[in-house]
Amino acid sequence: MSEVLVLVDHVDGAVKKPTYELLAIAKRIGSPSAVFIGGADKAAAAADAVKAYGADKVYVVDDTEIKGYLVAPKAEVLEQIAAAASPAAILIPASAEGKEIAGRLAIKLSSGLITDAVDVQVNGGDIVTTQSVFAGNFTVEAKVVKGTPIIAVKPNAAAPEEAAGAGAVEQFAATISDGAKTAQIVASQPRQATGRPELTEAAIVVSGGRGTGGDFTAVEGLADALGAAVGASRAAVDSGWKPHAFQVGQTGKVVSPQLYVANGISGAIQHRAGMQTSKTIVAVNKDEEAPIFELVDFGVVGDLHSVLPAATAEIVKRKG
Amino acid sequence: MTLSNIVVLVKYVPDATGDRKFEADNTVDRVGVDGLLSELDEYAVEQALQLKEKRPDDEITVTALTVGPAAAEAAVRKALQMGADKAVHVQDDAIAGSDAIATSLVLAKAIEKIGVPELIIGGLASTDAGLSVVPAMLAERLGLPQVTLAAVVESQGDQVRIKRDGDSATEVVGGTLPLVLSVTDQSGEARYPSFKGIMAAKKKPLEALTLADIGVDASEVGIDAAWTKVETVTERPARTAGEIVKDEDGSGATALVEFLASKKFI
Repeated sequence: MSEVLVLVDHVDGAVKKPTYELLAIAKRIGSPSAVFIGGADKAAAAADAVKAYGADKVYVVDDTEIKGYLVAPKAEVLEQIAAAASPAAILIPASAEGKEIAGRLAIKLSSGLITDAVDVQVNGGDIVTTQSVFAGNFTVEAKVVKGTPIIAVKPNAAAPEEAAGAGAVEQFAATISDGAKTAQIVASQPRQATGRPELTEAAIVVSGGRGTGGDFTAVEGLADALGAAVGASRAAVDSGWKPHAFQVGQTGKVVSPQLYVANGISGAIQHRAGMQTSKTIVAVNKDEEAPIFELVDFGVVGDLHSVLPAATAEIVKRKG
Repeated sequence: MTLSNIVVLVKYVPDATGDRKFEADNTVDRVGVDGLLSELDEYAVEQALQLKEKRPDDEITVTALTVGPAAAEAAVRKALQMGADKAVHVQDDAIAGSDAIATSLVLAKAIEKIGVPELIIGGLASTDAGLSVVPAMLAERLGLPQVTLAAVVESQGDQVRIKRDGDSATEVVGGTLPLVLSVTDQSGEARYPSFKGIMAAKKKPLEALTLADIGVDASEVGIDAAWTKVETVTERPARTAGEIVKDEDGSGATALVEFLASKKFI
């Protein structure tokens, strides 16, 4: 069975959930081979983690020489592993960095690239991807017809499957060109840990907008009761109430959780583009004419500052 | 190295507030709908103009470059009105339906034709396809580094430093010219063309190029040359109207919790 390369998404060796989703997709296509580019001292733990979710092989690439350099070296690593392994497909997390790696790799390998896939299935030997376009108004099914399919997959595109693979570790010595080491991260400030799930990966997202008036206490209370990530509309971010990293919408994060709760958000097209593919949508808004209500499965016309705390208290009580 | 030339990539896109749709061949309808300069590319134009203003001694020339049908001229016109010095419009019937790979080829060849500048600036994404991969592909084709998604841009001599919200951290990224830069909507409000700017734009050079002019064979672009193939396009069914309740004396909270429980979220 052909190998399917999966680029491991991790922070200092801690493997992130989208990697496991990609491994589950890789299993549909062939034999999953995880590619870990990171610190040599973190490789064993990362290899164990991806093995538990089905990696048959783990390529370990020591990043001492390339750490801090942007996407170009990682694209070169994948190019070289692809040349050696002739994989059936290459799966990359559709993060900002992942898409840039995929873009460079597509040119290097003269291969077709599909980005932001929300599903990947094998149909009659073809790898068919599903994308959601134009603010979620259209669904596009497509396939790669040239070279090795390179697919950047969005978080929540598949459920992780905990089923151990062979997990054979192979150290891979990549050769990195000097040209790939010309743009560099000179300082990095990890985002302050909130104890909440990451916005793009969360199963539930609770967001606040202009209607919060800048007070996110009620929004955060509900988020914590539901184990959800907190998001914000562009209006809330532009008002300085939340950093840009919280923004859901066209120019922020595009999320597709199981449940999206929009509070005090009118639902402009820019916001809809970032959340319209959520499975279930709930809104709380004082204005019954707010366009967000056109999208919802359930809506409450009311003041979020009274509705949310009451709902939160009831949820906490039920959860005991 | 001084910074004497900046090329800004601009795209003509269907108006997001209009009725966007697909053609029978599953390509985006770029003719039958109202279009405009992609809002997100206005920030790229703005950034180029700010660099020009901040570095008067470099006498920077800002060139707006677009690829697209005849109507796409509107995108570079807008850039000229904002203050770009000249514009280049690559137009060829064979280009219709090109994917990001072919688009990046056309851009790379056009840039080589007009002269590779020290700095190429693009927007965060187009407001239609929203792939965000063209800058990376273009950088790869030109053998340049890319510094992307900048919220703040600073430059001195041949050094460029940006600040951005990375996937998991706030980062400062540094690079040496020449390079490809992309900026977000956080990088600075795009200016409106002034009346003077609109009048001046009419006299600015707008060069039209065909594929033959830039040395790209028609067989390398267009829908048939695409390395990916769209099989089906389905309009998302309108969401069925949900249940809307009015909150009266706390009834909204109770109803909300009941709904969440019925969907097993609690």
